[in-house]
Amino acid sequence: MALIWQYRFDLLVGLWWTLKLSMMSASLALVLSMFFGIARYSRNPAIRISASVYIEFFRGTSALAQLFWLFYVLPYMGVDLTPTQCAVLGLGLCFGAYGAEVVRACIEAVPKGQLDAAAALNFSWFQTMRIVVLPEALIMMMPLFTNLLIELIKATSLVSLITIPDLTFQAKAVITKSYSSGSVLLTTLAIYLVISLITSTVMKRIETSLSRGRIAEGVK
Amino acid sequence: MEIFSWDFALEVLPALLRGAVVTFSATIGGFLASLAVGAILCGLYRSSSRPIALIGKSLIEILRSTPLLIQVYFLFFVLPEVGLVLQPVTTGIIALGLYHGAYVAEAYRAGFDSVPRGQWDAVESLRFSRYAALRYLILPQAIIPLIPALGNTFITMLKDTPILAAITVPEMMFEANDAGSQSFRYVEPITMAAIGYLIMSAVAAGFIHLLRNHLGRFR
Repeated sequence: MALIWQYRFDLLVGLWWTLKLSMMSASLALVLSMFFGIARYSRNPAIRISASVYIEFFRGTSALAQLFWLFYVLPYMGVDLTPTQCAVLGLGLCFGAYGAEVVRACIEAVPKGQLDAAAALNFSWFQTMRIVVLPEALIMMMPLFTNLLIELIKATSLVSLITIPDLTFQAKAVITKSYSSGSVLLTTLAIYLVISLITSTVMKRIETSLSRGRIAEGVK
Repeated sequence: MEIFSWDFALEVLPALLRGAVVTFSATIGGFLASLAVGAILCGLYRSSSRPIALIGKSLIEILRSTPLLIQVYFLFFVLPEVGLVLQPVTTGIIALGLYHGAYVAEAYRAGFDSVPRGQWDAVESLRFSRYAALRYLILPQAIIPLIPALGNTFITMLKDTPILAAITVPEMMFEANDAGSQSFRYVEPITMAAIGYLIMSAVAAGFIHLLRNHLGRFR
């Protein structure tokens, strides 16, 4: 324990990076997943197909392969990104693809009668999405997005391999400095566990407050 | 110098294929391990003893809430300290098995829960032994809804194997990086490795789809 206390600042810096990267890439992933999830329902086939290609490509390749690609390959093509930009872009693109699938599945789950009702009211495509489909789909998305957010927070540990001093990177550095691994890694595991637990609790809260008045009490 | 040299790509291909074999075997090994770990965790979780069930639940929660990379490091650094020196690839397979075992345990649980309550009652009224009940009635019904979930686990695991490169397992990403650092040309090896994962996961997805259709016929 004394050892951990001695290196507390290293680990705290790592924690700060982990949280910061999680926030930034989660925001990017949220925007991308909304955009591409809805784009799958566009009436324009070009938009529909490019959304599918994006989703399948980023879901099919490994997150680490994507990060390495951005980090090692892009500079050769004349695009120089900082490691942080690589990390946010890589994780954002990867989880945006997973999120887009969530959005798609939840839009699909909205009862068809609702679409007929929207059509009967002569709503345009945008009105149908904004007023009818998305508010209902959003509530269904929440638990799935919570899972993805936790997956994303765990995946930020990968950025340690592209030289970003996140929690995992710092843990590794402390191990090298202190020649002791067990306690450092157990502490790191505990920190990630706490982050995940807090995230899922907070998201549960948001979920309940969002669904208030929409789903009959007790039916859930 | 052109951006993508086909000659160099051909040159690194053998190393990448060697890596792909390691990736594939680690995935198979990890998958089998996760089926076993999942069964144990699910058994603990469903135990009628309160403390044991709590242990099972906490283990699942811990394994699911912490990054695979940290778990891999943990096994890699701590196992030798307690006197267990393993090949990196064995450590990797154990780590994959533990991490994904927690997800498999949840899948098993969902599979069991999908068998209607009445089936258990029927088994009981026919005086089947617990083993016979599981063997002839419950498992055959629980397995089919399980296949998509297990298939997902398999594909996710395939895409998680590059993490093992961090503990020097010579899988595809490791070989790609190695080829890159030797020649200072990263474009070809890493692009090819990324496409390699895409191909492998697409093939796996197709295979799982066939398997599900095949087993689904017996319903």
